[in-house]
Amino acid sequence: MTGTGWQDEVFEALKAAGIRQVGYVPDAGHKRLIERAHEDASMRAVVLTTEEEGVALAAGAWLGGQRAVLLMQSSGVGNCINMLSLPVNCRMPLLMLVTMRGEWGEFNPWQVPMGRISQSVLTLAGATVHRAEHPAEAGPMVAAAAALAFDSQIPVAVLLAQRLIGAKVFVQ
Amino acid sequence: MSAPLDRRRAVATLLHDPGDLLVVSGLGSATYDAGAAGDRAENFYLWGAMGGAAMIGLGLALAQPSRRVLVLTGDGEALMGLGALATVAAQRLDNLAIAVLDNGRFGETGGQLSHTALGADLAAIARGCGWERTAIADDAAGLAALAPRLRREPVFAVIRIAPAEPPRFLPPRDGAQLCHRFRAALGAG
Repeated sequence: MTGTGWQDEVFEALKAAGIRQVGYVPDAGHKRLIERAHEDASMRAVVLTTEEEGVALAAGAWLGGQRAVLLMQSSGVGNCINMLSLPVNCRMPLLMLVTMRGEWGEFNPWQVPMGRISQSVLTLAGATVHRAEHPAEAGPMVAAAAALAFDSQIPVAVLLAQRLIGAKVFVQ
Repeated sequence: MSAPLDRRRAVATLLHDPGDLLVVSGLGSATYDAGAAGDRAENFYLWGAMGGAAMIGLGLALAQPSRRVLVLTGDGEALMGLGALATVAAQRLDNLAIAVLDNGRFGETGGQLSHTALGADLAAIARGCGWERTAIADDAAGLAALAPRLRREPVFAVIRIAPAEPPRFLPPRDGAQLCHRFRAALGAG
Protein backbone atom coordinates (compact mmCIF):
# COMPACT_ATOMS: atom_id res chain seq x y z
CA MET A 1 0.00 0.00 0.00
CA THR A 2 1.28 3.43 -0.91
CA GLY A 3 -1.51 5.38 0.80
CA THR A 4 -1.36 7.36 4.00
CA GLY A 5 -4.60 6.29 5.63
CA TRP A 6 -7.50 3.89 5.30
CA GLN A 7 -9.09 6.05 2.62
CA ASP A 8 -5.97 5.67 0.52
CA GLU A 9 -5.95 1.96 1.16
CA VAL A 10 -9.54 1.79 -0.08
CA PHE A 11 -8.52 3.70 -3.20
CA GLU A 12 -5.61 1.34 -3.81
CA ALA A 13 -7.96 -1.62 -3.41
CA LEU A 14 -10.27 -0.16 -6.05
CA LYS A 15 -7.38 0.46 -8.38
CA ALA A 16 -6.03 -3.04 -7.86
CA ALA A 17 -9.51 -4.40 -8.66
CA GLY A 18 -9.42 -2.66 -12.04
CA ILE A 19 -12.11 -0.08 -11.32
CA ARG A 20 -12.32 2.38 -14.23
CA GLN A 21 -15.52 4.33 -13.52
CA VAL A 22 -16.34 5.97 -10.21
CA GLY A 23 -19.89 7.25 -9.87
CA TYR A 24 -20.52 9.34 -6.80
CA VAL A 25 -22.87 11.56 -4.92
CA PRO A 26 -20.43 13.52 -2.80
CA ASP A 27 -20.03 12.77 0.87
CA ALA A 28 -17.45 14.09 3.27
CA GLY A 29 -16.51 10.52 4.15
CA HIS A 30 -15.64 9.84 0.49
CA LYS A 31 -13.81 13.15 -0.05
CA ARG A 32 -10.32 11.68 -0.33
CA LEU A 33 -11.50 8.86 -2.57
CA ILE A 34 -13.29 11.26 -4.91
CA GLU A 35 -10.22 13.49 -5.15
CA ARG A 36 -7.96 10.57 -5.95
CA ALA A 37 -10.39 9.21 -8.54
CA HIS A 38 -10.41 12.58 -10.30
CA GLU A 39 -6.61 12.72 -10.23
CA ASP A 40 -6.10 9.19 -11.59
CA ALA A 41 -5.74 9.06 -15.38
CA SER A 42 -7.01 5.47 -15.54
CA MET A 43 -10.29 6.35 -13.82
CA ARG A 44 -13.30 8.36 -14.82
CA ALA A 45 -15.04 10.07 -11.90
CA VAL A 46 -18.69 10.78 -12.67
CA VAL A 47 -20.65 13.12 -10.42
CA LEU A 48 -24.28 12.01 -10.14
CA THR A 49 -27.43 13.93 -9.33
CA THR A 50 -28.90 10.96 -7.44
CA GLU A 51 -27.53 7.62 -6.35
CA GLU A 52 -29.58 5.31 -8.57
CA GLU A 53 -27.86 6.89 -11.56
CA GLY A 54 -24.72 5.18 -10.35
CA VAL A 55 -26.36 1.76 -10.32
CA ALA A 56 -27.27 2.25 -13.98
CA LEU A 57 -23.82 3.69 -14.79
CA ALA A 58 -22.19 0.58 -13.36
CA ALA A 59 -24.50 -1.62 -15.43
CA GLY A 60 -23.50 0.24 -18.59
CA ALA A 61 -19.83 -0.01 -17.69
CA TRP A 62 -20.17 -3.77 -17.22
CA LEU A 63 -22.00 -4.16 -20.53
CA GLY A 64 -19.07 -2.36 -22.13
CA GLY A 65 -16.42 -4.47 -20.40
CA GLN A 66 -15.37 -2.09 -17.61
CA ARG A 67 -15.72 -2.16 -13.84
CA ALA A 68 -17.33 0.63 -11.85
CA VAL A 69 -17.89 1.56 -8.23
CA LEU A 70 -20.69 3.63 -6.69
CA LEU A 71 -19.85 5.92 -3.78
CA MET A 72 -22.71 7.23 -1.69
CA GLN A 73 -23.92 8.09 1.76
CA SER A 74 -26.43 5.96 3.67
CA SER A 75 -29.18 8.47 2.83
CA GLY A 76 -28.76 7.50 -0.82
CA VAL A 77 -29.42 3.81 -0.31
CA GLY A 78 -33.17 4.33 -0.40
CA ASN A 79 -32.88 6.07 -3.75
CA CYS A 80 -31.36 2.95 -5.29
CA ILE A 81 -33.96 0.33 -4.44
CA ASN A 82 -35.78 -0.10 -7.75
CA MET A 83 -32.63 0.36 -9.83
CA LEU A 84 -31.01 -2.51 -7.94
CA SER A 85 -33.36 -4.79 -9.87
CA LEU A 86 -31.07 -4.09 -12.84
CA PRO A 87 -27.93 -5.86 -11.58
CA VAL A 88 -29.98 -8.52 -9.79
CA ASN A 89 -31.98 -9.39 -12.91
CA CYS A 90 -29.03 -9.21 -15.27
CA ARG A 91 -26.57 -11.05 -13.00
CA MET A 92 -24.26 -8.07 -13.14
CA PRO A 93 -21.67 -7.17 -10.55
CA LEU A 94 -22.16 -3.97 -8.56
CA LEU A 95 -19.76 -2.59 -5.98
CA MET A 96 -21.09 0.07 -3.62
CA LEU A 97 -19.23 1.92 -0.88
CA VAL A 98 -21.64 3.49 1.57
CA THR A 99 -20.54 5.97 4.22
CA MET A 100 -22.85 5.69 7.20
CA ARG A 101 -24.67 8.50 8.92
CA GLY A 102 -27.16 8.53 11.73
CA GLU A 103 -25.53 5.88 13.88
CA TRP A 104 -22.52 7.16 15.87
CA GLY A 105 -22.65 10.56 17.53
CA GLU A 106 -25.03 11.91 14.88
CA PHE A 107 -26.09 15.54 15.33
CA ASN A 108 -28.66 15.64 12.53
CA PRO A 109 -31.80 13.63 13.30
CA TRP A 110 -32.80 13.64 9.63
CA GLN A 111 -29.95 11.20 8.95
CA VAL A 112 -31.15 8.64 11.46
CA PRO A 113 -34.11 6.92 9.72
CA MET A 114 -32.23 5.94 6.56
CA GLY A 115 -29.05 5.18 8.46
CA ARG A 116 -30.93 2.68 10.63
CA ILE A 117 -32.35 0.73 7.69
CA SER A 118 -29.55 0.96 5.12
CA GLN A 119 -28.15 -2.49 5.79
CA SER A 120 -31.60 -4.12 5.79
CA VAL A 121 -32.67 -2.29 2.65
CA LEU A 122 -29.57 -3.33 0.75
CA THR A 123 -29.98 -6.92 1.89
CA LEU A 124 -33.67 -7.01 0.93
CA ALA A 125 -32.84 -5.52 -2.47
CA GLY A 126 -30.45 -8.37 -3.17
CA ALA A 127 -27.02 -7.06 -2.16
CA THR A 128 -24.46 -8.79 0.01
CA VAL A 129 -23.39 -6.37 2.74
CA HIS A 130 -20.06 -6.03 4.52
CA ARG A 131 -19.46 -3.49 7.27
CA ALA A 132 -16.14 -1.89 8.23
CA GLU A 133 -15.80 -0.50 11.76
CA HIS A 134 -12.03 -0.16 12.07
CA PRO A 135 -9.42 1.56 9.88
CA ALA A 136 -7.30 -1.54 9.42
CA GLU A 137 -10.15 -3.59 7.93
CA ALA A 138 -11.48 -1.05 5.40
CA GLY A 139 -8.95 -1.63 2.60
CA PRO A 140 -8.93 -5.44 2.78
CA MET A 141 -12.72 -5.48 3.06
CA VAL A 142 -13.13 -3.39 -0.10
CA ALA A 143 -10.67 -5.66 -1.91
CA ALA A 144 -12.66 -8.73 -0.84
CA ALA A 145 -15.97 -7.07 -1.74
CA ALA A 146 -14.67 -6.18 -5.20
CA ALA A 147 -13.55 -9.76 -5.76
CA LEU A 148 -16.91 -11.08 -4.62
CA ALA A 149 -18.85 -8.61 -6.76
CA PHE A 150 -16.90 -9.01 -10.00
CA ASP A 151 -15.95 -12.68 -9.78
CA SER A 152 -19.35 -13.89 -8.57
CA GLN A 153 -21.29 -11.21 -10.47
CA ILE A 154 -23.52 -10.01 -7.67
CA PRO A 155 -24.24 -6.66 -5.98
CA VAL A 156 -22.04 -6.06 -2.93
CA ALA A 157 -22.07 -3.10 -0.57
CA VAL A 158 -19.42 -2.12 1.95
CA LEU A 159 -20.79 0.03 4.75
CA LEU A 160 -18.15 2.35 6.17
CA ALA A 161 -19.31 2.90 9.73
CA GLN A 162 -19.76 6.40 11.06
CA ARG A 163 -17.47 5.44 13.89
CA LEU A 164 -14.76 4.79 11.31
CA ILE A 165 -15.35 8.03 9.41
CA GLY A 166 -15.96 10.20 12.45
CA ALA A 167 -19.19 11.99 13.27
CA LYS A 168 -19.73 15.17 11.30
CA VAL A 169 -19.05 18.24 13.41
CA PHE A 170 -21.81 20.85 13.05
CA VAL A 171 -20.88 23.19 15.89
CA GLN A 172 -17.18 23.98 16.19
CA MET B 1 -48.21 20.18 -41.17
CA SER B 2 -47.37 16.67 -42.33
CA ALA B 3 -48.69 13.46 -40.75
CA PRO B 4 -47.41 12.66 -37.24
CA LEU B 5 -44.70 10.03 -37.12
CA ASP B 6 -45.50 6.40 -36.56
CA ARG B 7 -43.20 5.19 -33.78
CA ARG B 8 -42.51 1.76 -35.18
CA ARG B 9 -41.56 3.11 -38.59
CA ALA B 10 -39.55 5.94 -37.05
CA VAL B 11 -37.44 3.53 -35.01
CA ALA B 12 -37.02 1.23 -38.02
CA THR B 13 -35.59 4.25 -39.82
CA LEU B 14 -33.23 5.11 -36.97
CA LEU B 15 -31.98 1.53 -36.60
CA HIS B 16 -31.82 0.68 -40.29
CA ASP B 17 -28.55 -1.00 -41.19
CA PRO B 18 -27.24 -0.59 -37.63
CA GLY B 19 -23.68 -1.75 -38.29
CA ASP B 20 -21.82 -1.84 -34.99
CA LEU B 21 -24.13 0.65 -33.25
CA LEU B 22 -24.70 -0.15 -29.57
CA VAL B 23 -28.33 0.40 -28.54
CA VAL B 24 -29.90 0.77 -25.10
CA SER B 25 -33.70 0.91 -25.16
CA GLY B 26 -35.88 2.23 -22.36
CA LEU B 27 -38.63 0.08 -20.91
CA GLY B 28 -41.99 -0.15 -22.61
CA SER B 29 -42.62 0.79 -26.18
CA ALA B 30 -39.05 1.88 -26.98
CA THR B 31 -37.92 -1.67 -26.19
CA TYR B 32 -40.70 -3.14 -28.37
CA ASP B 33 -39.80 -0.77 -31.22
CA ALA B 34 -36.09 -1.55 -31.01
CA GLY B 35 -36.78 -5.29 -31.02
CA ALA B 36 -39.20 -4.97 -33.92
CA ALA B 37 -36.51 -3.20 -35.95
CA GLY B 38 -34.43 -6.39 -35.71
CA ASP B 39 -33.24 -8.28 -32.66
CA ARG B 40 -29.45 -8.28 -32.30
CA ALA B 41 -26.91 -8.91 -29.56
CA GLU B 42 -25.86 -5.26 -29.55
CA ASN B 43 -29.34 -4.20 -28.39
CA PHE B 44 -29.75 -4.02 -24.62
CA TYR B 45 -33.47 -3.90 -23.89
CA LEU B 46 -34.73 -2.59 -20.59
CA TRP B 47 -37.93 -4.08 -19.22
CA GLY B 48 -37.57 -2.20 -15.95
CA ALA B 49 -35.03 0.10 -14.28
CA MET B 50 -37.17 3.06 -15.32
CA GLY B 51 -35.12 6.25 -15.53
CA GLY B 52 -31.87 4.35 -16.03
CA ALA B 53 -31.51 4.16 -19.82
CA ALA B 54 -29.40 7.32 -20.28
CA MET B 55 -27.04 6.33 -17.45
CA ILE B 56 -26.55 2.83 -18.83
CA GLY B 57 -25.71 4.53 -22.11
CA LEU B 58 -23.17 6.72 -20.33
CA GLY B 59 -21.39 3.83 -18.61
CA LEU B 60 -21.33 1.93 -21.89
CA ALA B 61 -20.07 4.89 -23.92
CA LEU B 62 -17.29 5.52 -21.40
CA ALA B 63 -16.28 1.87 -21.55
CA GLN B 64 -16.41 1.71 -25.36
CA PRO B 65 -15.05 5.05 -26.58
CA SER B 66 -14.49 3.79 -30.12
CA ARG B 67 -18.11 2.65 -30.56
CA ARG B 68 -21.27 4.67 -31.10
CA VAL B 69 -23.98 4.35 -28.43
CA LEU B 70 -27.63 5.26 -28.98
CA VAL B 71 -30.08 5.47 -26.10
CA LEU B 72 -33.60 5.09 -27.41
CA THR B 73 -36.32 5.76 -24.90
CA GLY B 74 -39.72 7.30 -24.25
CA ASP B 75 -40.82 10.56 -22.69
CA GLY B 76 -41.95 8.89 -19.45
CA GLU B 77 -38.68 7.04 -18.98
CA ALA B 78 -36.66 10.17 -19.76
CA LEU B 79 -38.75 12.24 -17.35
CA MET B 80 -38.06 9.80 -14.52
CA GLY B 81 -34.32 10.26 -15.02
CA LEU B 82 -34.08 13.96 -15.80
CA GLY B 83 -31.03 14.41 -13.58
CA ALA B 84 -29.18 11.97 -15.81
CA LEU B 85 -29.37 14.51 -18.64
CA ALA B 86 -27.14 16.78 -16.54
CA THR B 87 -24.90 13.90 -15.49
CA VAL B 88 -24.39 12.74 -19.09
CA ALA B 89 -23.87 16.26 -20.46
CA ALA B 90 -21.22 16.97 -17.83
CA GLN B 91 -19.07 14.12 -19.19
CA ARG B 92 -18.86 15.73 -22.66
CA LEU B 93 -18.76 12.47 -24.61
CA ASP B 94 -18.67 12.41 -28.41
CA ASN B 95 -19.94 8.86 -28.87
CA LEU B 96 -23.33 8.96 -27.15
CA ALA B 97 -26.67 10.19 -28.48
CA ILE B 98 -30.10 10.06 -26.89
CA ALA B 99 -33.36 9.88 -28.84
CA VAL B 100 -36.62 10.29 -26.96
CA LEU B 101 -39.80 9.03 -28.59
CA ASP B 102 -42.24 11.61 -27.32
CA ASN B 103 -45.98 11.06 -27.56
CA GLY B 104 -46.85 12.95 -24.40
CA ARG B 105 -48.31 9.76 -22.97
CA PHE B 106 -47.58 6.96 -20.57
CA GLY B 107 -48.42 4.45 -23.26
CA GLU B 108 -47.86 1.32 -21.21
CA THR B 109 -50.32 2.18 -18.46
CA GLY B 110 -53.38 3.49 -20.20
CA GLY B 111 -52.20 6.51 -22.14
CA GLN B 112 -52.25 9.02 -19.30
CA LEU B 113 -50.85 12.40 -20.30
CA SER B 114 -47.19 12.85 -19.41
CA HIS B 115 -45.47 16.10 -18.51
CA THR B 116 -44.41 16.70 -22.10
CA ALA B 117 -48.10 17.05 -22.95
CA LEU B 118 -48.48 19.41 -19.99
CA GLY B 119 -45.77 21.94 -20.76
CA ALA B 120 -42.41 20.23 -20.20
CA ASP B 121 -39.99 20.63 -23.12
CA LEU B 122 -37.36 17.88 -23.04
CA ALA B 123 -35.11 19.50 -25.65
CA ALA B 124 -35.08 22.74 -23.65
CA ILE B 125 -34.38 20.79 -20.46
CA ALA B 126 -31.48 19.03 -22.18
CA ARG B 127 -30.08 22.37 -23.33
CA GLY B 128 -30.41 23.66 -19.80
CA CYS B 129 -28.53 20.58 -18.59
CA GLY B 130 -25.60 21.40 -20.86
CA TRP B 131 -26.36 19.51 -24.08
CA GLU B 132 -24.91 21.71 -26.82
CA ARG B 133 -26.73 19.91 -29.60
CA THR B 134 -30.42 19.19 -29.44
CA ALA B 135 -32.89 18.42 -32.19
CA ILE B 136 -36.61 17.94 -32.62
CA ALA B 137 -38.04 15.78 -35.39
CA ASP B 138 -41.78 15.91 -35.94
CA ASP B 139 -42.14 14.75 -39.53
CA ALA B 140 -40.57 12.35 -42.01
CA ALA B 141 -38.16 14.94 -43.38
CA GLY B 142 -36.99 15.88 -39.91
CA LEU B 143 -36.51 12.23 -39.02
CA ALA B 144 -34.51 11.58 -42.19
CA ALA B 145 -32.24 14.48 -41.32
CA LEU B 146 -31.88 13.36 -37.71
CA ALA B 147 -31.06 9.68 -38.33
CA PRO B 148 -27.48 10.17 -39.57
CA ARG B 149 -26.77 12.74 -36.85
CA LEU B 150 -27.61 10.15 -34.17
CA ARG B 151 -24.82 7.97 -35.63
CA ARG B 152 -22.12 10.63 -35.53
CA GLU B 153 -22.95 13.43 -33.07
CA PRO B 154 -23.51 13.78 -29.34
CA VAL B 155 -27.07 14.97 -29.83
CA PHE B 156 -30.15 14.86 -27.64
CA ALA B 157 -33.16 14.44 -29.89
CA VAL B 158 -36.90 14.52 -29.33
CA ILE B 159 -38.94 12.62 -31.91
CA ARG B 160 -42.57 13.56 -31.79
CA ILE B 161 -44.63 10.48 -32.52
CA ALA B 162 -48.35 9.81 -32.80
CA PRO B 163 -49.95 8.42 -29.62
CA ALA B 164 -51.24 5.33 -31.44
CA GLU B 165 -49.84 2.05 -30.17
CA PRO B 166 -48.59 -0.46 -32.73
CA PRO B 167 -48.98 -4.19 -32.03
CA ARG B 168 -46.75 -5.49 -29.26
CA PHE B 169 -43.42 -6.89 -30.29
CA LEU B 170 -41.74 -8.62 -27.39
CA PRO B 171 -37.96 -8.98 -27.61
CA PRO B 172 -36.05 -11.21 -25.16
CA ARG B 173 -36.52 -10.18 -21.52
CA ASP B 174 -34.12 -12.38 -19.59
CA GLY B 175 -31.69 -9.79 -18.27
CA ALA B 176 -28.84 -12.20 -17.68
CA GLN B 177 -29.10 -13.51 -21.23
CA LEU B 178 -29.26 -10.00 -22.67
CA CYS B 179 -26.22 -8.97 -20.65
CA HIS B 180 -24.24 -12.06 -21.56
CA ARG B 181 -24.84 -11.85 -25.29
CA PHE B 182 -24.16 -8.11 -25.35
CA ARG B 183 -20.80 -8.55 -23.62
CA ALA B 184 -19.95 -11.52 -25.81
CA ALA B 185 -20.64 -9.43 -28.92
CA LEU B 186 -18.13 -6.88 -27.59
CA GLY B 187 -15.59 -9.55 -26.75
CA ALA B 188 -15.97 -8.75 -23.06
CA GLY B 189 -16.90 -12.28 -22.05
